[in-house]
Amino acid sequence: MSKEINENLEDYALDRSSHETIDGDIATLNLGPTHPATHGIFENVLTVDGEKILDAVQTVGYIHRAFEKLAERRPYNQINTITDRLNYCSSPINNIGWAITMEKLAGITVPKRVDYMRVIIMELARINDHLICNSVVGVDTGALTGFTYLFQQREAIYELFEEVCGARLTTNMCRIGGFERDFSEAFNQKLDAFLVNFPKVFKEFDDLLSRNRIFMDRTIGSGPISAERALEYSFSGPNLRAAGVDYDVRVMNPYCSYEDFDFIVPVGSQGDTYDRFQVRQEEIRQSLSIIKQALAKMPEGPFHADVPEFYLPPKQDVYEKMEALIYHFKIVMGETNVPVGEIYTSVEGGNGELGFYLISDGGRTPYRLQFRRPCFLYYQAYPEMIKGQTISDAVLTLSSMNVIAGELDA
Amino acid sequence: MGKIKVDSEMETINGQGFQLTMLDKAIGAARASSVWPLPFATSCCGIEFMATMGSNYDLARFGMERMSFSPRQADLLIVAGTISKKLAPILKKVYEQMAEPKWVLSVGACASSGGIFDTYSVLQGIDRVIPVDVYVPGCPPRPEQIIDGIMKIHEMVKNESLRRRNSSEYKEMLNSYNIETDGK
Amino acid sequence: MASNLTNEVVYAKLKENFGDKIGELTVPFDLLTIEVTSNDAHSIIDWLKKDDTLQISYLTLMGAVHYPEDKGRELAIVYHLHSLVNNFRIRLKAFISIDYPTIASITDIHVAANWLERETYDFFGVIFTGHPNLKRILNEDSMDYFPMRKEYQLEDATREDKDDRFFGRE
Repeated sequence: MSKEINENLEDYALDRSSHETIDGDIATLNLGPTHPATHGIFENVLTVDGEKILDAVQTVGYIHRAFEKLAERRPYNQINTITDRLNYCSSPINNIGWAITMEKLAGITVPKRVDYMRVIIMELARINDHLICNSVVGVDTGALTGFTYLFQQREAIYELFEEVCGARLTTNMCRIGGFERDFSEAFNQKLDAFLVNFPKVFKEFDDLLSRNRIFMDRTIGSGPISAERALEYSFSGPNLRAAGVDYDVRVMNPYCSYEDFDFIVPVGSQGDTYDRFQVRQEEIRQSLSIIKQALAKMPEGPFHADVPEFYLPPKQDVYEKMEALIYHFKIVMGETNVPVGEIYTSVEGGNGELGFYLISDGGRTPYRLQFRRPCFLYYQAYPEMIKGQTISDAVLTLSSMNVIAGELDA
Repeated sequence: MGKIKVDSEMETINGQGFQLTMLDKAIGAARASSVWPLPFATSCCGIEFMATMGSNYDLARFGMERMSFSPRQADLLIVAGTISKKLAPILKKVYEQMAEPKWVLSVGACASSGGIFDTYSVLQGIDRVIPVDVYVPGCPPRPEQIIDGIMKIHEMVKNESLRRRNSSEYKEMLNSYNIETDGK
Repeated sequence: MASNLTNEVVYAKLKENFGDKIGELTVPFDLLTIEVTSNDAHSIIDWLKKDDTLQISYLTLMGAVHYPEDKGRELAIVYHLHSLVNNFRIRLKAFISIDYPTIASITDIHVAANWLERETYDFFGVIFTGHPNLKRILNEDSMDYFPMRKEYQLEDATREDKDDRFFGRE
């Protein structure tokens, strides 16, 4: 076994000159693929001196599902189901990002009402994602109560998603051109109840952890990264904002009428776990404010664009009218004509800039679709962030970075 | 103490301070009421599994309060999520490290059959590497479906014969998967 | 947020400094896309990062595309770069041939390119000279082909349970 470890160390070419040790042996610890503390399947082979970490070697790809090759085989409206499974904690954002990409490629403008509806759904999804991350940071410091309280609130968000699309987690929620149906009366009532009940529970969670002496001692200074290093590693999203750079795709390249809304982009200073936690907490509050603004200013109008080539006609028309039947057939079988072109669009996902690079050659499936996955880029920086820290800090850093395995490996 | 009936069909003689029943039934009931699961959660089904563990769909009321992440102390291996070919040997090793009696619940379409990912890197169902007891379909399955799968596991646990794990058919089945039967 | 630079200004600066190593100005969907020669991609990206007015120092995405019909230029390496200060995006493309698929690595300019280049090697077989650790990242190390190339199919080639008759692949 030790021969194997030494061979592996040679293989990974660890720089042994940087290893300082006070008195003893350097041990190798496998923070292995199946570990309760790594929320997902990642392997880190740590070289430790006692509890202090000297180096880490990573292996990813344990859940590689070949999305990019799969996308070359699926017609454009079936790729929705693949985008769901990228960052599955906030799947509506991925879906709507794909819809926006296709609408830009095909030159479709959606009505304002659709934009506002999409904003409400995306901000709910962002709250969903940040709730998981923050409650899991709580669990990893030992505070299990926050997890149970917040997961119950997430059930309220799941019910809202079910009202719109019928599914809880992998929502498959967009149509190219708008939505399949308008927000129902039940959705509006549930959203109003959510906006009343959720802030109270969220405040309880915040009071439990934010200014808690134990939590602050554990998380301040754990897993820091400076703004310059974060930019070199192409960080984006809450991790970059915690390091001090206010880059938010919603502000820099607004899409989906985000320029109509008034919100703050929270920024940290040291890029450590406490800053990441606080940035996500504040983003949840900002998302609630955006949802309230969208509800107040929601314009009347159609809930989809008038593009029969891409948007499925209502089922009643399919049974009665000839053109609707033909369009339905062509869309479902994937025989619609998509313009030739190459486009890169990005949206602000739960973890950062989620990009879609699509090359279309006019056929029924994309020629090449590449996803710009934020987790893949910032997970590279993990060994640098935990160097010199203890193993428990390593676990806490990993959970506060919100690495989602589906997005990491695609 | 004399009021608890372990098996409604079986005639039990209840008296002051003693109860008479079959050993199989007593052990089956004890095992079923305190299954310790090992959540092997890889992807989206893992988030639905976390929701099942949460307070709305509470899994703890079935005796599964303690999630054992160590295979040596677990009875039920819950595989939730896609298993890729890179991860398959690790899954097999985790299964081999569990002590008898052990059961496997495969949650979700990806674990049962590869799901929507019919690609070069995804294992088309975990029953290619380990024997599975109950499959729960869905993408992801609702928490109620996962609980239904666990209820079926409980039925299997309650009704299992004490001699099953030492029988030759069981050993043959394990050999067909090339699973070591002496534990490591 | 409005941008401080325009496509024409940036293209003019690049043309001034690199001359015939820069291709035509194309703007698909408002994103400046320029073809560069593969030997000079490294120096152009370095210059873009260091120039004071442009400050294009953020690597957004990097990948490859396989065009099997384009003999001699089968693999296109595509770089998406972004200037956060000026809110300006640019796309560079370098074409290399599949018989000799090498290009200089940009890990010394952008640290984030480390894993992106490993992923491109894993999927397409592009060799990045100067990369510190060019191994497969997402697939198994024992895999002996490059799956994203167009000649390979999506499904596992060794599967024995799918009947090709039902999938139209007889």
